Amino acid sequence: MAIFVDRDTRVVVQGLTGEQGRFHAARMAEYGTRVVAGVTPGKGGQQVDKVPVFDSVEEAVSGTGANAAVIFVPAAHATDAILEAAASAVPLIICVTEGVPVHDMARVYTHLSCGGSASRLIGPNCPGVIAPGRSNVGIIPGSVASPGPVGLVSRSGTLTYQIMDELTSMGIGQSTTVGIGGDPIVGTDFIDCLTRFEQDPETEIVVLIGEIGGEDEEKAAAFIAGNVSKPVVAYIAGFTAPPGKRMGHAGAIVSGSRGTAAAKAAALEAVGVRVGRNPSEVAGLVAALT
Amino acid sequence: MDLLEYQGKELFRRWGLAVPEGQVAGNPEAAAMAARALGPVVAVKAQVRIGGRGKAGGVKVVSTPEDAHSAAESILALTIKDHPVREVLIEAGVDIASESYFSILLDRAARTHLVIASARGGMDIEAVAAETPEQVVRTPVDPLMGLQNFQLARILTGLGIPKESRKQGADAVRRLYRLYTEAEATLVEVNPLVVTGDGEVIALDSKVSIDDSALFRHPDFAAYAAPGTPDSQESKAAEQGLSTFVKLDGDIGIIGNGAGLVISTLDLVDLVGGRAANFLDVGGGADAEVLSNALQLILADGRAKAVLVNIFGGITRCDLVAKGVVDALGAVEVRIPIVVRLAGTNAEAGLSILNQAGHPMLFPVGTMIQGAEKAVEATR
Repeated sequence: MAIFVDRDTRVVVQGLTGEQGRFHAARMAEYGTRVVAGVTPGKGGQQVDKVPVFDSVEEAVSGTGANAAVIFVPAAHATDAILEAAASAVPLIICVTEGVPVHDMARVYTHLSCGGSASRLIGPNCPGVIAPGRSNVGIIPGSVASPGPVGLVSRSGTLTYQIMDELTSMGIGQSTTVGIGGDPIVGTDFIDCLTRFEQDPETEIVVLIGEIGGEDEEKAAAFIAGNVSKPVVAYIAGFTAPPGKRMGHAGAIVSGSRGTAAAKAAALEAVGVRVGRNPSEVAGLVAALT
Repeated sequence: MDLLEYQGKELFRRWGLAVPEGQVAGNPEAAAMAARALGPVVAVKAQVRIGGRGKAGGVKVVSTPEDAHSAAESILALTIKDHPVREVLIEAGVDIASESYFSILLDRAARTHLVIASARGGMDIEAVAAETPEQVVRTPVDPLMGLQNFQLARILTGLGIPKESRKQGADAVRRLYRLYTEAEATLVEVNPLVVTGDGEVIALDSKVSIDDSALFRHPDFAAYAAPGTPDSQESKAAEQGLSTFVKLDGDIGIIGNGAGLVISTLDLVDLVGGRAANFLDVGGGADAEVLSNALQLILADGRAKAVLVNIFGGITRCDLVAKGVVDALGAVEVRIPIVVRLAGTNAEAGLSILNQAGHPMLFPVGTMIQGAEKAVEATR
C-alpha cells in the first residue's frame, strides 16, 4: 500500500497538449503510471503519444474512468482547472503549476474544504506524488526512487530528489513521496500526510522536509506529539536565510522573528523528531533507524 | 511586492479612503517647498520598504519650511536597516482625536483572510498582542463570503472607534477590505488609523504588500516596483529573467535548481565555514543559455571569490548545465574557482563535457558537501 496513488491510479493530464504536459505525461507513462486521458479545451478528439485528448475533465472521466488529475496549465488558468476536476469529483488533484495567485488559492481551498468536495488537492507549485515501482503522478524523476519503508513528505522539489537519491543509494526505499508544494496556501499539508503515513502499514519511518516561512512545521510538531507513533526524521532548509527576503518559493520567507528554521527545528526536536543539519545527515539518521 | 507608504496611500485614495494631503520630495529644497504649501505643521517621513523607521529617526514633525528642509536633509542621509532613504513624504499635520491599529492579511496557518484591530494605535502590534492580548481583536474573514456586517461591528469595536464616527469607520474598513481583495494584497496595514477632531476617519500610515503571483492581472502596479539602482545585481538579474536572485553578504556565489535545494546549499556552505554571496534558483528545465547568463552575472559582480553550481537534474538536463558553464568560461575571463556538482538526469554526459573543457578554474565534484567544502577552501 502507498498513500494517495497506487497501481490502480488512472491519470488525466490537464494541459496534455502543452509542452510541459506532453513531456511529463510521457515520463509518467514510461515509469508505468496509467496515463489514460488528457484535457485541453477545443482539442478533444486528438491524441498525444496515443493518449486520447478530451475537451473537458467530465468527458475524460466518463470516457476513461480517470481517478486522478494532474495539472500543467498556466497559472492564470490553474484555478479553473482545479475547480473543473473537483466538479467532476476526481478524488485526487495534483497541481504542478507554479505562480497561482494566493487569493485564488484562498477561495479554492475554502471551496474544497467547506463545500463537501470529494476531491483532495495536492499543490499547487508541487512536484507531485510517487509510489516507487507503482505510480508516479507529477514531475519527480523516477530514477531517484526505490520501493521501501520510508514515507517522505516535503515542501520542496529538487531538495526532495536529493534526499530520495541519498536514501536510495544507501539501499533505503520509500513507500510514497509526497511533494506538498512551496506556496503559502496548499491543498494538502504535513498533517494530512502524517495522518496517512501513520495509518499506512507499509510506512515504518517518516521523513519530513520543511523550509523557512509559515508555521506548518510547528503545527506538524504539535500533531506528531499526540498522533504519530512511527519515528520521524526531519530536515529544515533555510538556517542562513535573511529575514524579509523571499527565497525562490512564494512561501519561503522569514517574517520578522517568525518562520525561522531554528524555531521549526526546535519545535520538532522538542517532540522527539530527529533533525538533520544537511541532506546526507538526514539519510544517515534514517539509516540508523532501519 | 512591498509598496512604499506613499504608493500604498495612492491605492487608498483610488479605493476612496481618506489620507492626509501630501507630496513626495527627493531633496531638502523640494521638502521645504512642499512644507510651504501644506504647512505650517507637517510630518517629514522616510520612504523605505521596511518597518522601524520611527525608532531610526526617519519621521519628524516640524512647523516651518526651514525645519522641514533640515529634517529632510537629515532623513535623506539615513540608511534604515540597509535601506537607503531616497525620498521623503511631506504630509499636512492632522488633528488627532484617537488612534487605532488596523490590518488585513493572509493567515497562512488558517488558510484564510484575517482582520486584526486594536484601539492601541501607533504601537508595535506584536508587543501589544504579547502584553495585552485582550486588546487585539482578530476576525477571520471567509474568502468566498467576504466581510459580513457582524464582523464589521466586531472590528469597529476592536478599533475603539467612538460612536459618532462609526459610520465613517465602517466605510473605511469596507474600502480597505475591498482594496485588499481587488488589488490582491497579502497585507494592508494602517497604523495608525485615526479619528480626527472633526470625527473623520483617515489613514495616517500605510503598509501594503501585493501578491507577486497576481501582478499579471495588475499591469498598472508595475510602476510601484522597487527601482533599485540601475546597475544593481538584482535589476540585472531581473532583466535576464533570473527573477529569484537575492543578494547576500558573503563571498561564495551560488547557483542551483529548485528553491529548496538552493536554500539547503546556502546552509551547507555556512556549515562548513563559508558565506554565500547570493541566492539564485535557475528553476526547472534551465538550458545552457540560462546557466551561462547566471554564471556571468555572478562573475561580473566581482564579490565572489568562488562559485558553487549545485544541480540535481530532474527536468533539468545536466549536459545542458555543463554546456552553459563551459560557454560562460569561454565568454569571459575567469580567475576564480567554479565548483560544479551535477547529479540526476544526464549527469555523466555533463561531467564529460566539463572534463573535456579542461579549464584550470573548473572543479567538478561528486556531492553537495564536497562542493561546499571545495568552494569554501577556495576562498581561504
